[in-house]
Amino acid sequence: MTAAPAFTAELHGVSRRFGAATALDDISIVIRPGVMSGLVGPDGAGKTTLIRLLAGLLDPTAGRVTVFGQPATRADRARVGYMPQRFGLYEDLSVIENLRLYANLRGVVARDQARRFDDLLRLTDLTGFQQRLAGRLSGGMKQKLGLACALVQTPDLLLLDEPGVGVDPVSRRELWRMVQNLTGAGIAVLWSTAYLDEAEKCDEVFLLSEGRLLHAGPPGDLTADVAGRVFGLRSPGQGRRRLLAQLMDRDDIRDATIQGGSLRLLMQPGAAPPEAAIPARPRFEDAFVDRLGGGPGGTSALAETYPLIPETGAPVIEAQGLSKRFGAFIAADNIRFDVPRGEIFGLLGPNGAGKSTTFKMLCGLLTPSSGTGRVAGHDLHHARAAARQSLGYMAQKFSLYGDLSVRQNLNFFAGVYGLHGRARRDKIAQMTDIFHLGPYLRQNAGALPLGFKQRLSLACAVMHAPPVLFLDEPTSGVDPIVRREFWSHINGLVQKGVTVLVTTHFMEEAEYCDRIQVIYRAAPIALGTPDSLKSDAAARTGDPDPTLQDAFISLIEDHDARRARTGDAA
Amino acid sequence: MTARRFPALLVKESQQILRDPSAILIAFVLPVVLLFLFGVAVSLDIRQVKIGVALQDDSPAGLSLALAYRNSRWFDVTAGRDMAGLKPDLVAGRIRGIVVIPQDFGARLQAPDRQAAIQIVTDGAQPNTAAFVAGYADGVRAQWERDWAGDAGQTVAAPIALVPRFWFNPELTSRDFLIPGSIAIVMAMIGTLLTALVVAREWERGTMEAMMATPVAMAELLASKVLPYFVLGLGSVALCTALAVGAFGVPFRGSVLGLMALSAAFLVPALGQGLLISAVTKNQFVASQIALLLGFLPSMMLSGFLFEIPSMPPVIQAITYAVPARYLVPSLQTVFSVGDIWPMFWRAIGSLLLFGAVFFGLAIRVTRRRVA
Repeated sequence: MTAAPAFTAELHGVSRRFGAATALDDISIVIRPGVMSGLVGPDGAGKTTLIRLLAGLLDPTAGRVTVFGQPATRADRARVGYMPQRFGLYEDLSVIENLRLYANLRGVVARDQARRFDDLLRLTDLTGFQQRLAGRLSGGMKQKLGLACALVQTPDLLLLDEPGVGVDPVSRRELWRMVQNLTGAGIAVLWSTAYLDEAEKCDEVFLLSEGRLLHAGPPGDLTADVAGRVFGLRSPGQGRRRLLAQLMDRDDIRDATIQGGSLRLLMQPGAAPPEAAIPARPRFEDAFVDRLGGGPGGTSALAETYPLIPETGAPVIEAQGLSKRFGAFIAADNIRFDVPRGEIFGLLGPNGAGKSTTFKMLCGLLTPSSGTGRVAGHDLHHARAAARQSLGYMAQKFSLYGDLSVRQNLNFFAGVYGLHGRARRDKIAQMTDIFHLGPYLRQNAGALPLGFKQRLSLACAVMHAPPVLFLDEPTSGVDPIVRREFWSHINGLVQKGVTVLVTTHFMEEAEYCDRIQVIYRAAPIALGTPDSLKSDAAARTGDPDPTLQDAFISLIEDHDARRARTGDAA
Repeated sequence: MTARRFPALLVKESQQILRDPSAILIAFVLPVVLLFLFGVAVSLDIRQVKIGVALQDDSPAGLSLALAYRNSRWFDVTAGRDMAGLKPDLVAGRIRGIVVIPQDFGARLQAPDRQAAIQIVTDGAQPNTAAFVAGYADGVRAQWERDWAGDAGQTVAAPIALVPRFWFNPELTSRDFLIPGSIAIVMAMIGTLLTALVVAREWERGTMEAMMATPVAMAELLASKVLPYFVLGLGSVALCTALAVGAFGVPFRGSVLGLMALSAAFLVPALGQGLLISAVTKNQFVASQIALLLGFLPSMMLSGFLFEIPSMPPVIQAITYAVPARYLVPSLQTVFSVGDIWPMFWRAIGSLLLFGAVFFGLAIRVTRRRVA
């Protein structure tokens, strides 16, 4: 053995292929002790493959993976803490049994175990839940227990594969703090995430896209590339969507997005910003889009062919005191809101807060326990079929038939919505054209690249030109370019009078909404525009420029604090 | 290190078994259900088979033979005058065979060469029953012939008299060999099914990946899967045996040691096969389908449990050598009906352990410490 190297792990020219698909392409990175490294990229970028290579669970197709100076597959596993995406917990074992198992497997000596467990349980706030089965814990608690299991024997290298997925932002932030403290003790941490806001907080970032490394180094180095090119543009509320489309089409503007009532612009290098634009602080996402070559155009071919939805004067979506009880459990409690024609209305809340329940009641998939609702004038109790025919639905997970071809999927959904003969053929040809599906028509939908799955899902949802669209977390995990393209279609449709209801926990997505209702513990706790939610949070917390994420967290913390004061009545 | 790791894995596996109703269901409820099914519902014995007797001859001899069929405890006779009258019953399945006593039967019997013939028609659609009807109908005839000749003061020219004795199962009760055989089927099924599910479950729930990232050796992990289920399997055999002897009155002439040695040896390939299926499929649903297909069906069809191997076509007979249950079934029937025949048991145990070694070897080979 030579002197301890300055790094804990290293990938040198590593590629990994699965059959014909390339998951990682010529990656060289170094992971240092005491450093919080972020592995950032959209779904399918190769994050999990890279982490598994480091955990010694995969062999590289080419190149070298070294951990503690050994090939990763032969490295001392007792010194590596690994938390897989699904936490690796035994759901039928209790919290303490899971800890004991991992402690014994990782060789923690018996006399140290009790003290170690005490520390970890305190750190993760699980002291009161030792006897509870892991399967009965909430998502956030499972995640913390998963972390505790990875930490039973203080590792030298901690690998966390998307610990933030499926966990509410409050728990996500707590976990981040816990892990960050570990780096103080000299542990090398690799935290993989699809959330770009998390990347900004890392000491070092590895940005992956489609298996290639776009950036390695401090996140500031990346945002420095776009320094001086990011601007905010205040614009009149309703006209901002048309303006956005125009701006996205311009050559001197690399990227444009909606931020509540304002627009955010990334200029081409050397291009002068429009008048009235105010400089804004660059974010990681700006730099990411810049590296990917800029955002897409803003004109939606879909919207151009879409029929104009007439104004009726009445709200298009109405929820009047919708509640859903499953036995003693209240999944949704007195949800009420109105959405006028041509508005994007967002339901925002942690997992399990009741977003999906509300959504399903309005789609007619769940019968409300009490309350009523209307979609496009059709009552949910009496005219469910008519209500469903007037809405297009895009589910959170890819819910088309993976083993049917793209054409067969289009054909099927056209048939379901009553398109036949010539009308069907024309519509399918049109969708194929708009979403550039031509080369993929004969391919199975399940094997499509993520961005094309997204397009196909949208195509199937809008083929019958519904006046209402329901989108359930439509762009979670996709890369920012695909998200922009998706939202430029939605923006275009809204201008044609389509009304949109969307659930999300991605703040970038929430910014596109006209109004947002925050749902927490089954009940609505706030309703407002993204800007008003942010300014309320600014007043509450004293933070002059909170993000929507900050606003959301402060709302939840405020709510919890108030509940604690009034006694735990619920 | 192993001193702490392996017991920790065993404890974990046992806790999971105790909390998982499906393991208990497969190990203790399923065998009881199967045993009752084989013990009560399936019977290869035949009593009071319905046949028709077409008596076309009015001679005393013809009448006497017809009466002999009617009095036989094997048959429930429908009388008729000719084939044509009974044929619809045979076609409809109301009777399983027809004995035709032709009109010259009595006359021919009186003739010097005494060459009288009767015709036995059986329903070949049910070969077992057909063979039984043919055999027993002929038996009744032979018995009657001797009696008739004796009454007439003659002796039948039969130089060899057949005096059958059935050893070990003198009553030929099929239950006495079906139930020990079914214990083998039960073991083949639960042994394979239990382990087929557990490794696949670890893959499905993502815990396999977490285990592989710890210092655990793959062989340790597999061994920790097998040992608890081995104990569970032996418990299940004990339960089956108690039921067989207690509830069904099946004789048990061998020793508990012999039974347990055979069962233990058989569980090795059964569990190994399950482990291999599980490691290959990594999916509980597929694993359970394959386990039923590979664990249950061949044991049922090709072990000699239901169908006798020597009467199979040579190709199929060759295939039976690849079915572990084939080595167990005869020994298990022996330990119940006959007693301990150790030379036979040792051969069976040897073959079974050889199978086990192959399955385990493959399972370890397949379960590499890689996720893809």
